[in-house]
Amino acid sequence: MCSYITEKTEISGSAKGAGGWSNVTAAHVYYDHPFHASLDHALSIDFMSGDTTRKVAVEMSAESARALVASILAALESGEEAHG
Amino acid sequence: MSYRGMTAEIVTITGDKGDKIEAYYAKPAGKGPFPGVVLIHHMPGWDDWTMEAVRKLAHQGFACIAHHLYHRSGPGTPDDLAAKARSAGGVYDDEVVADVKGAMEFLRAQPESNGKVGMMGFCSGGRHTYLAACRLDGVDAAVDCWGGNVVVDDPTQLTPQRPVAPIDLTPNLKAPMLGLFGNEDKNPSPAQVDTLEAKLKECGKTYDFHRYDGAGHAFFAAERPAYRVEQANDGWQKIYTFYHKHLG
Repeated sequence: MCSYITEKTEISGSAKGAGGWSNVTAAHVYYDHPFHASLDHALSIDFMSGDTTRKVAVEMSAESARALVASILAALESGEEAHG
Repeated sequence: MSYRGMTAEIVTITGDKGDKIEAYYAKPAGKGPFPGVVLIHHMPGWDDWTMEAVRKLAHQGFACIAHHLYHRSGPGTPDDLAAKARSAGGVYDDEVVADVKGAMEFLRAQPESNGKVGMMGFCSGGRHTYLAACRLDGVDAAVDCWGGNVVVDDPTQLTPQRPVAPIDLTPNLKAPMLGLFGNEDKNPSPAQVDTLEAKLKECGKTYDFHRYDGAGHAFFAAERPAYRVEQANDGWQKIYTFYHKHLG
């Protein structure tokens, strides 16, 4: 379905795309029809510079997205413990 | 009848507020006359599948055009512009209707035109088709393929971009309407299709709805898991038959 529902969050960091490295200031996250992935619906993340310039885009399955979330949280927990 | 030759190219139409808009246009080989079809692309954008569908209709004898709904977010690639349009909450209904009008005018201005113009759309394009068919004069046949949010159960879903539920405009519909839906779809759900059909019937409109078991949303999408070959083939045949009946 086409929902237009988009979760937006400010982030601080960098991303590397076709044009090389650049700062990114926001992530737009949504679950809808993908443009490229061979899926009916995909969890999509657009890493943005400002509100309108997309630097990096990813589309993945819902299962992949949940696994990624778990990996991010696990990496943060172990990393923050290791690095204080 | 199918046409073995065609030309396909990028053309420019004049849309809302005189804006010049890119469009993909394919027409059968020969002098015609050919009926025209405006194909309204789905939410993911002005993509390869949209252009394949345009050529598919040209192969069946229709001069078909699909304009780029997100061109005002440009410049950029179609996928980036789709992301920008999404981020902004989608395109405005008024702009969509005016742009479709421009695409219809382009088709009727071609020397090969037989003067008839239909429209069709998939997913959000199905909603846009229903909307435009209710608001524009001169639509000779309309095909809504699983248009979502034609029926709006939750009024909070109405936005500045999409301020009305297209079903509420049904009394104004002048064109015959073909609707194709998957019974496993959630948007539109079978109950919403029931609601839409009841409204068309109540208003005395000419419509033909087909609902497919074993199919969900976007079952024409051959490059996606949602593809259902038997239902899709049957659906395309119904579209050709409907257009040949009403467009010549």
